[in-house]
This record gives sequence, C-alpha cells and structure tokens, in this order.
Amino acid sequence: MTYQLLYFAMFQDWAGKNEEQFSSAAATPAALYEELCKKYSINYPQRQLRVAVNDQFANWEQPLNDGDRIAFIPPVAGG
Amino acid sequence: MYFEISETPIDIIERRTRMVQYHAGGYVSFEGWIRDHNHGKEVRSLEYQAYPALAGTEAEKILQEAKDQFAIDDCDVVHRVGHLDVGEIAVWVGVTAAHRGAAFDACEYIIDELKIRVPIWKNEHYLNGKSGWVECHECKKKAIEKGLIHE
Repeated sequence: MTYQLLYFAMFQDWAGKNEEQFSSAAATPAALYEELCKKYSINYPQRQLRVAVNDQFANWEQPLNDGDRIAFIPPVAGG
Repeated sequence: MYFEISETPIDIIERRTRMVQYHAGGYVSFEGWIRDHNHGKEVRSLEYQAYPALAGTEAEKILQEAKDQFAIDDCDVVHRVGHLDVGEIAVWVGVTAAHRGAAFDACEYIIDELKIRVPIWKNEHYLNGKSGWVECHECKKKAIEKGLIHE
C-alpha cells in the first residue's frame, strides 16, 4: 500500500523532508512507525507520540487503507 | 467562536472589538508572549509550526468544551505560525461572559488544553546560533496524565 506521510517538528529533521509517498506492507500505524524508525534511524518511543490518520487522531492499531494520510505527532508545544 | 492560525501579527484590539456585545458583562483575555529565555538558554526568536487541519478540529473541540462547561457567551483563539521575535504575541485567547468568574475559568481552561492537545510546535533559535524543537515537559506530563501519550 502507499501512504502519504506528513512530517512535523523533529520528524522533518529526521526524515529530511515535510512529506513523502511511502510504500509499505505495514497495515497499522504502529507497524508503519516501526518501519519508519528503521529507515530514518529514529529512536523516539512510540508511546510518547500520538498518530493522526486523514487529519484525525487515530488508534495505533487501527487498520490502514491505501492512500491514507498519516502523521506522527510528537508532544505539542504551542502557546 | 473561532480558532485561527495566523501568519501575521495578531491585532489584539481588533480581535477584542469583534467580541464586544451588550449581553456580556466582562471580557477576559490571555496573550502568550515570546520570552527571551527558556531553560537557561537565551532565546533570539522562534519558529512556530502547526498541523493546520488537525489543529483546527482539536482547537474547535476545546472551544466547544469551554462553552459547554462554563457560563460564557463567546470564546476565540488565534495562534501564530512562522517566525516570531522576542516580545511578539504567539497566542491570544478571548472570552466574554455575563460574569467574570466563568470568563476567567474558561480562559484558563482553553489555554491549558491548547498547550496539551493542539498540534503546534516551536523551534527555538538561541543567541549562540543553535536551535532546537522545544519539548514542553510540563505539557508532556499533563498529556501523560490525560492518557494521550504514555511515560
């Protein structure tokens, strides 16, 4: 499946881009994050992140669909 | 009731004027400012970044929660993105209510929740030329307490 990955904050530094089309066999955000960690040598723990699918907060184990837009959300720091 | 992400300076007077209506007996606002230090480092400027689609829906949820929980008339939020210098306003919250108590409470609720839940991040640029994405430890702790993320 091909996903659209959006990168914010430190993820932009780690991936070296703001977004990308990413082909993967991963069927859940958790599996996808594990794959991404290997690709970009990321060691940020998943449990301290939230995940968004198609611009909504989502569950780490929810099934993904081809073309989904996914963003990993590090702890926010607005205000 | 609105949440807005702004790439230009927030005009506080204009925002306040928009909220004036005769039913309200009071207006409470909060301005978050860019300060010149953070955790012992001298800050020169900041870069705010948002995930606009998700920030919008999450902030609107917070505003609706404030309206449901407190006896207020209206509440608005504007958050800056992009490059901000020390002294600039990063965020503005405005609340109107018949009585001040509810307005103070709602204003505090909105800014507290925003700092924990709305996907906005800041990259600090220091006087020494370095920069770094800020981890708000207090916000992270509260997000853990709420079960949004885990230890």
